[in-house]
This record gives sequence, C-alpha cells and structure tokens, in this order.
Amino acid sequence: MSESAPTAADTRRLAEEARARVRFEEEALELSDQVYRVARRLAGSREEAEDLVQQTYERAFRSWKQFTPGTNLRAWLLRILTNLNIDRGRRQQRSPQTTPLDTEAGDYFLYNKLEAQVPEENPDEERVLERLSQDSIVDALAEVPHDFRDVIVLVDIGDFSYQDAANILGIPIGTVMSRLHRGRRILKRELADSVSEEGS
Amino acid sequence: MTHDDPCAHCEEMMQPYLDHILSDEEMREAEMHLDECEWCRRRYRFEESLRVYVRQAVSKEPMPAGLKQKLAALRIPLN
Repeated sequence: MSESAPTAADTRRLAEEARARVRFEEEALELSDQVYRVARRLAGSREEAEDLVQQTYERAFRSWKQFTPGTNLRAWLLRILTNLNIDRGRRQQRSPQTTPLDTEAGDYFLYNKLEAQVPEENPDEERVLERLSQDSIVDALAEVPHDFRDVIVLVDIGDFSYQDAANILGIPIGTVMSRLHRGRRILKRELADSVSEEGS
Repeated sequence: MTHDDPCAHCEEMMQPYLDHILSDEEMREAEMHLDECEWCRRRYRFEESLRVYVRQAVSKEPMPAGLKQKLAALRIPLN
C-alpha cells in the first residue's frame, strides 16, 4: 500500500483526522482540573493521583478514536480513570479488607455528636458544622473504603447522575444508590471519630 | 401509613429526600413531618449544609504545578 502516492482524498482524510485528534486532545486537557480533583479523592496521595491522571491521559490519547464525539468526554475520561484505579486497588488490596462497615448508627449520629459539643441550646446548623475542619473532611473521605468512596466522589463531588456513575464504574444503578447511601454514613462515622480524636 | 417512630422514619427518608428521589407521596409525608418537627428539621438542614461543605473541602486543593504540562507532553505528535 505504500507504493502509490496518496490521493488528494487520502490527504484530506488524514488532515481531517489530525484536526479531530487535536481537538479531542485539547478538550480533554481542558478537563484536567476536574479529572485531577476526582483522582485526588480516589487515590490515597497526591503522587498516586498524579500518576493516575497521567496514565488516564496516556490511555485516552492512545484510544481517542473510541470516543464518540458529542458524548460526555468528562465521563469517558473518568471511566478510564476509575478502571485504572480499580485495577490498582485490586492489586494493592489482595488481603481482605476488614474495615467495619459500621453504619448502624444511622444518619444523625454525627449531628448528635457535634451538637452535644456546642454550648448553646438548639444551635443552628452552621454552628454545628463549624465543629468540623475542612481538613478533617479530606482525611475522613480517604478512610472510606474505595467501593463506597468511588460513588461519593462521582456523585456528591463530581456531580454525576446515578446513571453516569453506574456507567463509569460498570455497576448497576441500584448498587450506585445503595453504596452512596451507605458510603455517606461511613463518611459521617469517620468524621464523628475524628471529632473524638481531637478531644476537647 | 403510620410509623411507630415518625422521627426514625423521617431519618430513613432524609438521604432520598435530599437526592430528590422520593415519590410524591413520600415527599408529602416527609414534609408534613418536617413542618411540625423542629428536631428533624434541624438535622435535615445540617445534612444539606454538610454536603455543600464536603464538596468545598475536597475541591479546594489545586492541581499540582506542572501536571498540566506533563499531560500536554503526552499528546501524540502529528506525523
């Protein structure tokens, strides 16, 4: 096939393809802040997050033709990212994870605990919320087992619909909902624990 | 439908309520209870603010300097 000189049609096709690829790459790069933000919450450290984002873009740039223009590029990138992260997680987490999924305490456990620390009677919710530092939230989220954390990060932080999260993670929508429900309770449980560790 | 402990039932409805996935009937049920129960109302408001707070807390960290350049360098050169 290399013998004959490229026809004008070939040249045009190649030029169009190159333009489409450049456009794809530029659009993907514009989303990198958002992709990093999700990666940072899925991975344990900044370094891991950085690695994960680089691997994601490497793969995305290589397989750009699999992306259907006009569909959700952010979701497509995050699907690559979560798959890479899940593969990594499987490797690292061979030994059974014995995190107690203590969600029996319900949804109000954290509120009740924080409210008890506010001196005034019937404080408004902002006063209660002030008991939590933003750093403690970042740390608590990192403690949530990753199956649960993935859905919290996608839905509550990344603003994805249940359906998008289900597509990205390759799990049924009902599983997204139940993990989200339970994951939020685990997160609050972790936050409640961080408050008692701080003492006072 | 009656519940032995309306506040416990209201707690069960809190997440789906804030996610806007309750049925119309359940929604009315939750709101009727919230109208008359300051205790639950305060907790709902807290949960709503907590979601915003969580999002803010985890979104403030900027992307590491240089990562953007590293990603741009991964682009496949033309030709």
